[in-house]
Amino acid sequence: MKPAPFRLERPDTIQALCRALAKHGDSARILAGGQSLVPMMNFRLVTPEVLIDINRVDGLDYIRLDGDALAIGAMTRHVTVKESALVKANVPLIAKAYDHIAHVTVRNRGTIGGNLSHGDPSSELPAVAICLDAKFVVSSSEGNRTVRAAEFFKGMFETDVSPGEFLSEIRFPVAARNQRFGFDEFSPRHGDFAIAIATVALEMKGDTCVSASVVHGGVREMPGQVADAEAALRGKVVSGEQVALAAKATASIEPTLQNYHGDAAYKSDLLRALTARALSQAIGEG
Amino acid sequence: MNKIANVAEGPAIETVQINVEVNGVAYTRYVEPRLLLSDFLRQELGLTGTHVGCEHGVCGSCNVMVDGSTVRSCLVFASQLDNAKIETVESLGRVNALHPLQKAFWEKHGLQCGFCTPGMLMTAKELLDRNPRPTRDEIREAISGNLCRCTGYQTIIEAIYSAAYEMQGATNG
Ligand SMILES: Cc1cc2nc3c(=O)[nH]c(=O)nc-3n(C[C@H](O)[C@H](O)[C@H](O)COP(=O)(O)OP(=O)(O)OC[C@H]3O[C@@H](n4cnc5c(N)ncnc54)[C@H](O)[C@@H]3O)c2cc1C
Ligand code: FES
Ligand code: FES
Repeated sequence: MKPAPFRLERPDTIQALCRALAKHGDSARILAGGQSLVPMMNFRLVTPEVLIDINRVDGLDYIRLDGDALAIGAMTRHVTVKESALVKANVPLIAKAYDHIAHVTVRNRGTIGGNLSHGDPSSELPAVAICLDAKFVVSSSEGNRTVRAAEFFKGMFETDVSPGEFLSEIRFPVAARNQRFGFDEFSPRHGDFAIAIATVALEMKGDTCVSASVVHGGVREMPGQVADAEAALRGKVVSGEQVALAAKATASIEPTLQNYHGDAAYKSDLLRALTARALSQAIGEG
Repeated sequence: MNKIANVAEGPAIETVQINVEVNGVAYTRYVEPRLLLSDFLRQELGLTGTHVGCEHGVCGSCNVMVDGSTVRSCLVFASQLDNAKIETVESLGRVNALHPLQKAFWEKHGLQCGFCTPGMLMTAKELLDRNPRPTRDEIREAISGNLCRCTGYQTIIEAIYSAAYEMQGATNG
């Protein structure tokens, strides 16, 4: 298992990266942490002519508060995000999700931007980004454009990044005081990709839920909002009974990703149970 | 970049110059961009302690340290590592002067066939460098990315646990 030959570009500035991307178009691939791309290259499922290694590009590795958002540079390694006090304090849902993401050696190298650009439906971060309505900054020699998380993911392993472009920054809204979050997943081994994911963000006024975001992951080609579960919570006092009702409402999501880890009926059952757990966690009864 | 014609009429293969330090020894080499670090270590430098199990990031037997953190050597290209400091299992100890982790793996039966052992040792070393007194749960979490098909893991956990105490004892006393 060896990758096919390729030419290597090693830009060290964002301008040089934009030039390389513009020059090579769709014959090039970006190499970030390599934790998803290199396995595919080793299998020769992917055989890029040119590999643009962005590990040396200056100015893509940061976590900073910027207005009402926490901005994270695409090349920030998982380990840095997971250990960041700024992340824990401002976007606690990311920190919760990182309890489930990969293993220490993979987190040393893998990046948040590479993860989201890969668009794996069984990954935790796309579900979290949709749940929080994060914004994705897509850049090229033409400038920057901003895309909402729900529009960034186009399908399984497909995103709204075209040849010539790259993901430069992800902007997560800073949590408000009245927001509550929950995350749970089921995976065969701790740190592996999830068989099913449920993540929630609730805006509360006392015990009453003003607005709810309930997102599924791992069960379809893309993570997505569970409108029926959100409706079951909105305007309600969130109690055990309401949690059970909302969890039951996830039955409207038909699992289409089926494999040896589970068929549709099993995944549907998991999604219900995980949604109940994520909601209980959010209201502090988990 | 440098070009080396490999066969009379064949295409010129592009190579990249890298300077790396491996287990304290400095090397300058010209490598093909696609050469994996695992193959660089085993084939170019003859350091066959690093084992290659799956070549797609799943098993952890190829784990080595790059600049003080573990990486899967099957998922990084040698051409990316100009100026890096690399440590492999060969850096730990010698037959007559085993590292406390190696000694503990031996004493606690932390290995059977030994295939996973180099990756386990390097991962355990990273853990103890950062957390000299880990709990058994922290050890489980640390080695969650390393597969062992023989031991059932319990003896590996015991080995790392006892090495931690051994090493603490040595520094405290
Ligand atoms: C054993 C193992 C277990 C894992 N477990 C999990 C898990 O539980 N959950 C999870 O979420 N992930 C898991 N992963 C994957 C890991 O999170 C990867 O790090 C991540 O999916 C890809 O990030 P990367 O930086 O390594 O990207 P790469 O592998 O370098 O790139 C991935 C893709 O994104 C493209 N790309 C990268 N950066 C950019 C950019 N800035 N702009 C545009 N395109 C870009 C690349 O061209 C490529 O197509 C696991 C991986 C392994 C090997
Ligand atoms: S050989 Fe590298 S992870 Fe298995
Ligand atoms: S000792 Fe045989 S794989 Fe671990």
